[in-house]
Amino acid sequence: MSTKSLEQSNSKEVLVPDIEFVARAPISEGRAFMRLLRRDLLASLRYRNDWVNPLFFLLMVVTLFPLGISPDPKTLTMIAPGVLWIAALLSTLLAVDSLFLQDFEDGTLEQLLLSPSSLYLMVVAKVFSHWLVTGLPVALLAPILSIMLNLSGEGLWVLMLTLLLGTPTLALISAIGAALTVGIRRGGMLVSLIALPLHVPVLILGTGAVQAVSEGFAYSAHLSLMMAMLALAVVLAPFAIAASLRISLGD
Amino acid sequence: MDHPLIEIQELECVRDHTPLFSKLSFKAEAGTIIQIGGENGSGKTSLLRILTGLAPAESGQVLWRGESIHKKRAGYAEALTFIGHLPGIKAQLSPLENLRWLAPSADKTDYFYALAEVGLRGYEDSPCYTLSAGQKRRVALARLYLEQRQVWILDEPFTAIDKKGVEKLEALLVSHAEKGGVVILTTHHELKLGAAKFQQVLLGRPKSPSADYEH
Repeated sequence: MSTKSLEQSNSKEVLVPDIEFVARAPISEGRAFMRLLRRDLLASLRYRNDWVNPLFFLLMVVTLFPLGISPDPKTLTMIAPGVLWIAALLSTLLAVDSLFLQDFEDGTLEQLLLSPSSLYLMVVAKVFSHWLVTGLPVALLAPILSIMLNLSGEGLWVLMLTLLLGTPTLALISAIGAALTVGIRRGGMLVSLIALPLHVPVLILGTGAVQAVSEGFAYSAHLSLMMAMLALAVVLAPFAIAASLRISLGD
Repeated sequence: MDHPLIEIQELECVRDHTPLFSKLSFKAEAGTIIQIGGENGSGKTSLLRILTGLAPAESGQVLWRGESIHKKRAGYAEALTFIGHLPGIKAQLSPLENLRWLAPSADKTDYFYALAEVGLRGYEDSPCYTLSAGQKRRVALARLYLEQRQVWILDEPFTAIDKKGVEKLEALLVSHAEKGGVVILTTHHELKLGAAKFQQVLLGRPKSPSADYEH
């Protein structure tokens, strides 16, 4: 029996037949996705610290490396992919702390869990908007930063491509850690401990692809594997994140 | 058909190894307002979180139209408005932007109407961090005008609300119950609810604190 007829029978029970109880129909999943994406993007645009700081961190690390190691162009070309990838990975970890923490503190996270929309999609929206403000700028900045590290030509574009494929994977994996630790005060270190081992394959493939290019080898295998990891993460990680959020808010 | 809207069966809640309540059973029929009473720390908020399905109960279950809320999660979510002690308002966003996400099924004129009803006319576009605590709570309460869901679970809805606002909210709760809704709320405030069907559930500590040290 449909909900509506049940509601009608209930309103008869309380003998108020002239006022009918009509709940608004929930919006479609797609619109709910867009609403959340819009809300999160607006919120992060108005509160810049969360995503500007990790970008500054990235910029500083990449600027300081040539000063600390050697300004020799050959050395720089050699270390460039590693430096950029490690800096990108660490800046992702820095940024992911804020992914669920603010929502947890202002109570919007419990509203998200109670909303009729699928939590899986809502989690995808949250991580996607997070990646748009933290991961995408890293990938877009990469060509400029690579020039500072004397990496040019094909390697530069491959590096950008690996970052475009790798940073969403990193964000999805770190989000599992962030979701698990959101209920604990100062879970920052724990997120790194949980997520870092899972980040290692992404890092190896990302830097491997760029190194392969600079040595004249094919890099399509690296890219295919990174794409496979991204596909797997997009499909499976939101389940883990949604379940972790339910656990974290349960106690 | 004969199931009450919400039925609580033998609910037990334990926090940090301290039993808060056990064997708690009551029914919430359509058209009633239920006030959960009890001292601070007696488990009122925990009970509400169990009723929403956010927190698991130690034992016992919550039934929505005769079925466990964890089995019928989607159907229950469509019928439930929960306002917790955190209002669920993003400080960087304006009341309008917050409501757009919190109550997505309404349209723009509804948002303006609801915000005017809770006394926030003229604040629609100012960021919520500039609002007072009471005004923030009013933004959350505006959802009650928008979503028209049957079950309202409200944790201390009167906190930080002024006298006039309290009266208006009480009237809103009564009219919701008269329409066939259910309101479950915690408050220390004496409710003046007129003719609505009203029930009180009192939570008390099942044991004296000294008994906890015995084992």
